[in-house]
Amino acid sequence: MTRRFAGHYIVLIVLALFAIGPLVAVLFNAFKNNAEIGSNPLAPPTSFTLDNFIHAWTQGDFATTMRNSLIICAGSVLGTCVIAGLAAFALSQLKVPGSGAVVGYLFLGSALPVQLFLVPLFFLWTQLHLTDNLFGLIIIYWATDAPFATLLLRSFLLKIPQDFTEAARLDGASSLQIARRVVLPLAWPGFLTVALIVALWSWNEFFWAITFIHTPELRPVSTSFLAFQDQNSTDWGLTSAAAIFMLAPVVLLFLALQRKFVSGLTSGGIK
Amino acid sequence: MTATAAPAVAPPPGKHGPHARRARRRAAVVGWAFLAPLLLLNLLVVAGPSVATIYYSFTDWSGLGPATFIGLDNYVKAFGDAKVHEALLHNLIWFALFLTVPMALGLLGAYLLSQVKRFQMLFRALYFIPYVVASVVNAAVWKMLLSPTSGIGHLLGTDQSWLGDPKTSLYSVNFVVDWHWWGFLAVIFLSAMQGVDPSLYDAAKVDGASRWQQYRNVTLPGIRPTMVFIVLMTVIWSLKAFDYIFIMTQGGPAGSSEVVSTLMYKQAFNEYSAGYAAALGLSMTLVTAVILAVYQWMRRKGWEDA
Repeated sequence: MTRRFAGHYIVLIVLALFAIGPLVAVLFNAFKNNAEIGSNPLAPPTSFTLDNFIHAWTQGDFATTMRNSLIICAGSVLGTCVIAGLAAFALSQLKVPGSGAVVGYLFLGSALPVQLFLVPLFFLWTQLHLTDNLFGLIIIYWATDAPFATLLLRSFLLKIPQDFTEAARLDGASSLQIARRVVLPLAWPGFLTVALIVALWSWNEFFWAITFIHTPELRPVSTSFLAFQDQNSTDWGLTSAAAIFMLAPVVLLFLALQRKFVSGLTSGGIK
Repeated sequence: MTATAAPAVAPPPGKHGPHARRARRRAAVVGWAFLAPLLLLNLLVVAGPSVATIYYSFTDWSGLGPATFIGLDNYVKAFGDAKVHEALLHNLIWFALFLTVPMALGLLGAYLLSQVKRFQMLFRALYFIPYVVASVVNAAVWKMLLSPTSGIGHLLGTDQSWLGDPKTSLYSVNFVVDWHWWGFLAVIFLSAMQGVDPSLYDAAKVDGASRWQQYRNVTLPGIRPTMVFIVLMTVIWSLKAFDYIFIMTQGGPAGSSEVVSTLMYKQAFNEYSAGYAAALGLSMTLVTAVILAVYQWMRRKGWEDA
């Protein structure tokens, strides 16, 4: 290794410490008691305790909030895949007049600030009894995530040669049969990427959740964590343990499937 | 996927005539049926309420009861509102920082990563992790680290309350956002750099270009479309900046980290001035629209081309 590359690695390591140092400090603090956090805030723990995890789990009611978040994630992922899958199929394989305008609208839509439709949407959802309702929240996630998912899936489906669909059509298959039998089996890596990203977004999302869900038993982990942190704003051991519950699933999933995450987020468009 | 070009299927005979026209109309109906769930959902959640916002922005409305039409009063009020001016200034400061800091760190990280082979994937993953962690968690982590009693400052012997001091609150929150964002940009820029034609570097080397000259004259122009896109999105995101501010400071103390979107949220849900909030929301959208239009115009003029 030349000296130049040694210099590269030093800077790369400093950047890596900057990126994950704070998260490692939280991991350390989760295993410390508060006396040790006070005297030794950022270093590795000298005495391991699991008390923070046990107390955070019960106090933060993680059993309930994780169940809510899993329902929200599953509902968002399934719905978004179906809605975006159908649309992406039409925009890539069927020759729909006006599809260029739809693609443009989807691009433009993701640039709009949510503040534009927030207030009337809240009013409408109140009228429809969709506030304080997990399904009401899932519908919003469908609408906000589907444009991105559609564009991403469309770019995947455009790579499937038209000949496959043409051949199936000559054999007398309907569009729905072609979508299910021909395109879906070829496009599943695209669907997996979309599923991962939508799951990540809906697990982390807090803005819509805090605005539309007020009953504590219906809160997802994100807003519940926020309330938990405010209540225990000086108990860093407890907050750190709760933070680990919240970030561990996504970080582990990301590390296992990082190529799919990154290719999806960098190719489709960015949020 | 490697798309091997298979011989094209012969087009069905007869592009004109009643049969073909009926087939085309059928294809259109089927296509729009596939698009219908997406578009109806968008109409219900996004487009419909957005149009309603236009109406409500001309009314005095609490957000729940009936709305009374008051013409342009909300806009006149917003124009002269000192809080709005202050929030806009904060948006501008936010934009200046959010554009330069993560971009510089992202370019640095991406360039160094593109030069090394070993551990490239590991560094890439580490840089990316803050982006996949929820904003509520990142905010809590940094509240701890910025705390005057148990954070980094305390270790270094200062009792500065970074988030609680009006002089530093906006910059502190922005720092946290930059921290969670730059690694994502590094990964994007890295993949753009890997897409630059290697023969351009060979040609530059033959011409005797130094590393820095290669970077300035080959790498940067090569990733220019990506950079232009990121700049555009940064402008839009800076206008929408909300989540970290809302979580970490609620716009305070004393409005020192208030931006237009947090101000608007408070007007709608704490002050029950939904009509005024609608006017602010619509104004933000119009600014976004102008930016997008300028971007399109510049693209047409060939700004994006390398």
